[in-house]
Amino acid sequence: MSILLQAEKGARLLMMGNDAITRGALEAGISVAAGYPGTPSSEIIENLSKVSEERNIYVEWSVNEKVATEVAAAGSFAGLRSLAVMKQVGVNVAADFLLHLAQSGTRGGMVLVSCEDPGALSSTNEGESRYYAKMMEFPLLEPGDFQEAKDMTKWAFQLSEEIRNVVMVRSVTRLSHASGNVVVGELPTVEAEARFRYNGVFLDQMEGPIINLPGIVDPLHARQQERLRMASELMEESPFNTYTGPDAPELLLITSSACTLYSREAIHLLGVDDRVGLLKLGTTWPLPSRLLTKYLSITDRVLIVEEVLPFLEENIEALAARIAPEIGIKTFHGKHDGTLPTTNELNPDLLVDALSKILDVPYKSVSEDYAKRAQEIAVQGSPDRALTFCPGCPHRASFWNIHNALSIDNRDGFMCGDIGCYSLAAGASGFQTLKTLHAMGSGTGLASGFGKLEGFGMDQPIVSVCGDSTFFHAVMPALVNAIHNRANITLVVLDNRGTAMTGFQAHPGLKVNACGEEVPDIDIQGLCEAMGAKVRVVDPFDMEKTQETLLEMLEDDKGVKVVILRQICALSPEKKGKKMFEMSVNEEVCIGENCGCNRLCTRVLKCPGLVWDSEKKTAGIDEVICAGCGVCASICPSGAIEKREVA
Amino acid sequence: MENAQLKNDPYNLIITGVGGQGNVLASRMVGDMLSQLGFYVTIGETFGASQRGGSVMSHLRISATSTFSPQIPKGRAHMIVALEPTEAIRVLRDYGNPEVSVLCNTRPIQSIGVISGEQAYPALKDIREWVRELSLSSWFIDATEEALKLGNPIFGNIISVGALSATKALPLDRESFESVLSRKMSPDKIPVNLEAFDIGAGMVRE
Ligand code: SF4
Ligand code: SF4
Repeated sequence: MSILLQAEKGARLLMMGNDAITRGALEAGISVAAGYPGTPSSEIIENLSKVSEERNIYVEWSVNEKVATEVAAAGSFAGLRSLAVMKQVGVNVAADFLLHLAQSGTRGGMVLVSCEDPGALSSTNEGESRYYAKMMEFPLLEPGDFQEAKDMTKWAFQLSEEIRNVVMVRSVTRLSHASGNVVVGELPTVEAEARFRYNGVFLDQMEGPIINLPGIVDPLHARQQERLRMASELMEESPFNTYTGPDAPELLLITSSACTLYSREAIHLLGVDDRVGLLKLGTTWPLPSRLLTKYLSITDRVLIVEEVLPFLEENIEALAARIAPEIGIKTFHGKHDGTLPTTNELNPDLLVDALSKILDVPYKSVSEDYAKRAQEIAVQGSPDRALTFCPGCPHRASFWNIHNALSIDNRDGFMCGDIGCYSLAAGASGFQTLKTLHAMGSGTGLASGFGKLEGFGMDQPIVSVCGDSTFFHAVMPALVNAIHNRANITLVVLDNRGTAMTGFQAHPGLKVNACGEEVPDIDIQGLCEAMGAKVRVVDPFDMEKTQETLLEMLEDDKGVKVVILRQICALSPEKKGKKMFEMSVNEEVCIGENCGCNRLCTRVLKCPGLVWDSEKKTAGIDEVICAGCGVCASICPSGAIEKREVA
Repeated sequence: MENAQLKNDPYNLIITGVGGQGNVLASRMVGDMLSQLGFYVTIGETFGASQRGGSVMSHLRISATSTFSPQIPKGRAHMIVALEPTEAIRVLRDYGNPEVSVLCNTRPIQSIGVISGEQAYPALKDIREWVRELSLSSWFIDATEEALKLGNPIFGNIISVGALSATKALPLDRESFESVLSRKMSPDKIPVNLEAFDIGAGMVRE
């Protein structure tokens, strides 16, 4: 049984932030959960799918975040507590529906959890969604530690039911993927019954149809704003907003989220507990203005600590300007005066710097001599570790083939990239094949546009790429667009049978869903053919056939071609640890640097399973790392790399 | 917390390695063992890209009194467990100090920069010397070699946990390891993990 269910009320567990959020949702008694995978959010839906049977919860991986939010909202409209989960970029996908949802309101408690990634540790941008809460006028909660991640998620459902609107809980990588101690509460017995009531009049929140329509927008919007005022009243009293420090601090530090932990640490390291007061906000929209008024009054200097953009800073400064006649003029430190950076995540060291400057307290973590020597040693002693495809990854073979096909074709063709493990093909491990990289589905959208520029003299072959999960998420509309508008492009679908980047979540192309049940699979090949594309399916490990097919498609200048390169991800549960081939290098045959290939295998293919023996000057296989895919044997022009099928 | 004591509060432990070496599991094990003793434990780590050949580092903060930040401040590590030798140097650069201890697996994993010849992998004897220069105490073990004898290089992580327990840097013992194992793993996997733990502990005691 999952540890998430096992624990008795009052037990103290070491939980990952995402486990704590899951437990909070379970303690709230949710009935519906939907999401789309994305780091650092994916564990929440995964956890829930594992307990869906015992807890009677409908859990799905939806095709994208907008649909996930709609599926969760349907649960709410039918009276059930429901949860939508995504990473920050997913909120942009859901935004259109979310704006309408916030205006129409909800019935059963509905919470949207957004796990965000300041510093873009595993994202292609560090955008965020706090601004949506302000723009779309719904409440925003930000846990400051692991206990709060659980407690706030649970409370968010209650808040949602009190104001009959969606509530957002925002986590960040350093909470979602970090672990800390959590005291768990009770798991309730839930008796949920779903019915959608629509016989009441428009604007009857619980009985009428749930409709956004010109003509009733004004009363809907006014009602929404009234609800936000109710939320703001509740937030004034919330135990998630806390103050620790002296009665009249020299400096008031206002913060939220994981920055709470960094701030506490910095105050502790500098030993300035008696000079700095820490106001930690858990409810960050709407801001608790009476609470802020009270604490802004006890000091003259304020430091606002948050990651990336100055959301709290600007809103608190606006409030301070409004109440200046009451509280006097304050000096603000934060992003605007350059005390804290406006890009990247924060950490205890950045806060130590900020505080030591403001309070004029010196701090040195280690002696200059030690730091200098450690730096010197590291230059020789720790060669960089650039990210690369896993050993045995089908993408390495795919991009080898694509890259070669584009070079042989020799018309300056290029590939538009998309989001997944294969985004790495913008770098050396994918032979710098990708030349554009933006949002989910954007590669094919851009290709569709490039494919219509022939009239302006553009004669480069245009290729886009996507994975199987991304294909369903956002590539389909772009592909329809390209076909309908007769763009001349080739789409390569890297079908590795799962959402590999985030840990093999199910998607509509598979016969299995989030909970492991058998479901109808949607066939990418059949879909593309039905839309009118010319389709080929090849195994990228068959290097010759793949390059041949790609070249044939590049030369075909009539309409949209789709090449599906199908080979299971090297880390998939069914493949992991099982080698197809036992590999070895015949040192007699490998002529290394003297070979015309100039170390093609190690210098260019660069699979981490290969090693270069600088003494013998030959290639070798690291049997600990090699996944036994056999690809390097196909590329060695001397035939020095030998593969033997594993029985 | 009965008799268990920390040498420093918070005690700052870093477990580092390369994606795929299982250091997330190792840090989880250590965290669970200490949390079970009643300590507040925070583990900070980034994964997502970790399976794709990058450096992976877990920060453990262990305290008798409260939850600390998931990121250790620069220069403040007390113990560094490195599953890969050059990763020890990388961590020493940022978190080292003259008081730090280092436990280092000696099996190299070449990065693609090294495989392709753009960068050189340092000699092990230099790494040993540098680690000694930058730390107060250090242990070097060939955990991967022993793990291969157990049938899978991944056991290098548990061997290192066993070795860490034998350094006595933290109140970690075989009993609490066994109790965490029995909660986290299926019964058939317990004996080999215990064996790995013992091998590691033996390597430090010798
Ligand atoms: S293994 Fe093959 S490709 Fe690599 S250096 Fe030797 S001959 Fe060249
Ligand atoms: S067979 Fe060659 S390409 Fe495949 S994983 Fe092993 S070393 Fe890498």
